[in-house]
Amino acid sequence: MNFILDHYNYWIVVFLMMTGFYIVITANNLVKKIVGLNVFQTSVFILYISEAKVSGGTAPIVTEGATLYSNPLPHVLILTAIVVGVAVTAVGLALIVRIKRAYGTVEENEFKKMDDAI
Amino acid sequence: MNLWQGIEPSQLISLSILLPFVGALLVIATGKSPNLREAVTLITAIVLFTVVLAIYDYISQGGEIGLELIELFPGLSISFEVEPLGVLFALVASFLWIVTSVYAIGYMRGHNELNQTRFFCCFALAISSVMAICFSGNLLTLFIFYEVLTLSTYPLVTHAGNDAAKKGGRIYLGILLSTSIAFLLFAVMATYSLTGTLDFRAGGIFDDSHNKIVLSVLLVLFCYGIGKAAIMPFHRWLPAAMVAPTPVSALLHAVAVVKAGVFSILKVMIYIFGLDELKDLATTDIMLYIGVATILLSSCIAMTKDNLKARLAYSTVSQLSYIVVGALLASSIASAGAALHIATHAVGKITLFFCAGAIMVASHKKNISEMVGLGRQMPITMAAFAIGAISIIGLPPMAGTWSKWYLTIGALEADKLIVVAALMISSLLNIAYLLPIPVKAFFNTTTGEAEPWSWSETREAPLPMLIALSVTSLCCLVLFFYPQPLIDLVNMIPGVSTQGEG
Amino acid sequence: MLEQHLAALPILLPLIAAPIALILGRSSFSWAFATLISACACLFAWQLLDLALANGVISYEVGGWPPPWGIELRVDAANAFVLLAVSALSTLVLLYSKDSIEKEIEASKHTLYYTAHLLCFAGLSGILLTGDAFNLFVFLEISSLATYTMVSLASDRRSLIAAFRYLVMGTIGATFILIGVGLLYMSTGTLNMLDLANRIDIAESGRTINTGLAFIMVGVSIKLALFPLHMWLPSAYTYAPSAVTAFLASTATKVAVYVMIRFIFTVFGVDHVFGSMGMDLILMALAIVAIFKCSYKATVQSDVKTVLAYSSVAQIGYMILGISLVSATGLMAGLIHIFNHALMKGALFMAVGAVFYRVGSVDITAFRGLGKQMPLTMAAFTIAGLSIIGVPLTVGFVSKWYLVTAALEQNQWIVAALVLGGSLLAVIYIGRILEAAYFQERPDSQNTTEIKEVPWLMLAPMWALVLANIYFGVDTSLTTEAASSAAEWLFQNNEMPLGNQAEAK
Repeated sequence: MNFILDHYNYWIVVFLMMTGFYIVITANNLVKKIVGLNVFQTSVFILYISEAKVSGGTAPIVTEGATLYSNPLPHVLILTAIVVGVAVTAVGLALIVRIKRAYGTVEENEFKKMDDAI
Repeated sequence: MNLWQGIEPSQLISLSILLPFVGALLVIATGKSPNLREAVTLITAIVLFTVVLAIYDYISQGGEIGLELIELFPGLSISFEVEPLGVLFALVASFLWIVTSVYAIGYMRGHNELNQTRFFCCFALAISSVMAICFSGNLLTLFIFYEVLTLSTYPLVTHAGNDAAKKGGRIYLGILLSTSIAFLLFAVMATYSLTGTLDFRAGGIFDDSHNKIVLSVLLVLFCYGIGKAAIMPFHRWLPAAMVAPTPVSALLHAVAVVKAGVFSILKVMIYIFGLDELKDLATTDIMLYIGVATILLSSCIAMTKDNLKARLAYSTVSQLSYIVVGALLASSIASAGAALHIATHAVGKITLFFCAGAIMVASHKKNISEMVGLGRQMPITMAAFAIGAISIIGLPPMAGTWSKWYLTIGALEADKLIVVAALMISSLLNIAYLLPIPVKAFFNTTTGEAEPWSWSETREAPLPMLIALSVTSLCCLVLFFYPQPLIDLVNMIPGVSTQGEG
Repeated sequence: MLEQHLAALPILLPLIAAPIALILGRSSFSWAFATLISACACLFAWQLLDLALANGVISYEVGGWPPPWGIELRVDAANAFVLLAVSALSTLVLLYSKDSIEKEIEASKHTLYYTAHLLCFAGLSGILLTGDAFNLFVFLEISSLATYTMVSLASDRRSLIAAFRYLVMGTIGATFILIGVGLLYMSTGTLNMLDLANRIDIAESGRTINTGLAFIMVGVSIKLALFPLHMWLPSAYTYAPSAVTAFLASTATKVAVYVMIRFIFTVFGVDHVFGSMGMDLILMALAIVAIFKCSYKATVQSDVKTVLAYSSVAQIGYMILGISLVSATGLMAGLIHIFNHALMKGALFMAVGAVFYRVGSVDITAFRGLGKQMPLTMAAFTIAGLSIIGVPLTVGFVSKWYLVTAALEQNQWIVAALVLGGSLLAVIYIGRILEAAYFQERPDSQNTTEIKEVPWLMLAPMWALVLANIYFGVDTSLTTEAASSAAEWLFQNNEMPLGNQAEAK
């Protein structure tokens, strides 16, 4: 029991990661795929953030009386990663808009029938 | 020969390779005017022959010529080195190129072939790579130009452009490329990683320190990797290549390409394995008997073929294995016989092909069954055919006698009675499938018995073709009476002698 | 000033130029500008390789922050070599694309294409030069996002779906790398690759590190299309505009192979990855399956671009096979093949693009009779095709030679035989196309329009690559020297302590 409780942050990460992954694989709707991708990426962000926490440390802002700080670097990294994630989402959604225009649908099984070659 | 005296000997090698190459370019440049184009081909051929003669001169006086071109890999370069076996092959190929050029002019015009410029250009390129093979100084160089030869002859095989030609071309390229990449390249690289060198050396580069089993495997890889030697079961490309125009079949598929194959095998046996090492390998005998089987089987197949060129093709497969067997007997005399057979078979077989082409151009006949009584119309052609056939069979007074003689002695000396028997049976088979053709052409009983024959009946092929086939059939005779220069050349090969060991 | 920042220029130049190319507005202006920038970057890459071969490692501190705190750019023989290939290819493809994209991309999107190309190039340079694991992820995403856009620019609507699939797969791959880097950071507290290499302590936190290794390897394998994670590649290559395919096929996957080399040899150390984790066997098995399965698939496709795409997956197999042989020669063979394959595939895809430019289709039936009508293009295709097969005097032969030598050195006789066997399949898939081009007549329906040779601006880069195929196949000194010193450096120097960098700089 303790094993689960002590590492609860990792369990959440794993749960989110698998949820996202499952949606990406199974979803038929392209928008849902993007949502799944986002969940998948977010789980990684949480992984980074949670590993930055130093037990007993405060927020990494220099204040009097604080000697132990959390690690600020992962936060910075994740800011970058979030930007990357947003960019991926934007490109993905833009593609979906164009697919909708070209095929009239965003359901994978429907446009699969229209073009045999893919 | 004095023509090239002022030139550095090592430059002779580059000259012999570059000449046909430049010739090919000139052929393209002069493609618009057929007369000029053919003049270029002929002049190149003649000049090339004088260059090879000059090399022969230099070598027979004991000179050594080597040339290093580019270092392709560290310690491994494209290099050339002249040795007697290569000179022999180069002499044969360059001399027969002249004759074939004359013949090709008559044939291509008589047959109204298309794309003649491409034809002459590729032909010259093929000769260029043959020269490079002759003088190659290491296995890598040999391999590279072996591939170039395959690629440059492919357009010649598919020359007609129809479905049959395409199919033939596919088999041709498929077998030759795949055996060379899968087996030969592998064998070459394995040799390199075992010995650290690929140079041709007298006595071979392998010695007792190498694992016999590995070497045995390598031997098989070499034999089958050199697909141009047409050892069964990788012989199918040769009959397939017969869709090419007859001059191509004559020079390339009776002389240059296939001889490049057996030449490579001889080179590998003599200069890579070394005859002494070869005797100890387990697979030598296996390959030897496969060679013997090839001799007999393809002779039998030849008998069933009615198409003259197909029959000649299978005859070539059989004769090539003579050379392979000669090399694999690993005795000094048999190797000499094998080397001689390169030259004697060349003149004989090219004569036969020339005749086949002449018959096709003059009377449009391809099948043997239609040639009954043809001797009345084409007496010169048929006489030449008879001479060529006798030479292939190996009866005096034709050139083929010598090589068969040495091969048989070699086999006897090596105590391989099966090989001796196979050689004899094969000669009988040769008689059975070759001699009936001229015999039936001259002595048929069905037509024209009553009337006396006169010159007015003749409908021979164009003059250039007649000249060519007369020259080669004369060569068959001359080489019987004056084989000495060739035998001297063969005796200069290290470890090989017509006198036997030591 | 320029010398001082030389290492950063191949990244910065295209990155800054990309928005400018967009602002220029006119298609021809941004074409000229992008080509110029790419050519400059190529020059810098050349200088960098020169410096790296002469002086060893060049280290550049981004923003003046010394590593391991700041981001470091590290140039050594290995990445300078690949960078040179990438920037040269980028320049040639840009030259080629002016005419090519007119047929395949709507006029309004031309400037966008050049912008995306420059961004992609900047990302690729960044991946190659950076010495920081997280930074590598960022550059990977920059180049990938640009790539998705470029793939979707084609006028065929199927390109959209191909691009979308590529996006999903690519993002998963990149996220896997991100997870792996996170795990490494968790157990070492650093992101600088060299620092990582020094601090990785298998004994103490072996499981975390091995998990990180697994995530990174899978992520990179998706990016480089290692079998069986290659599914995105054939459709993306088939439906992307030809110029884009030529660029991607010759650069993007190669850079991903480089990333794999970097992680295996520099970060984790070859002893750990191959020695104790036994990953060489996995990679070797996958590579061999890739060679045969995908070469076979290539022989049965009817779309020539798909044929070449599958052939690319197979050729990536050769590169990975070289790495998996765990020797300096094997690694060198892999590196040489990265460079050589870029030359051949670039030329092949350019030739196919030229066919599309004139005929409007790249189906194998469209190639019929082109040998007469487009002699120069088909001659280029023939030579590059022979190079793929590995015929002597082309670069393909050089790659194969070193690969087989490396296999024989390790006594892997079967592998050596399989490598050569794989090229037989190449004979078939290239041969089919050549046969159609040279020995089949054009169908009557298409005979009405006269097919001419493509403009010289398309022919020139194509032939530049073809001649490079022959030149580097005969004079191998440059590639061999660069690749062997890179391979040796990766094998020996991967545990260089941090303090030495200052002097190296």
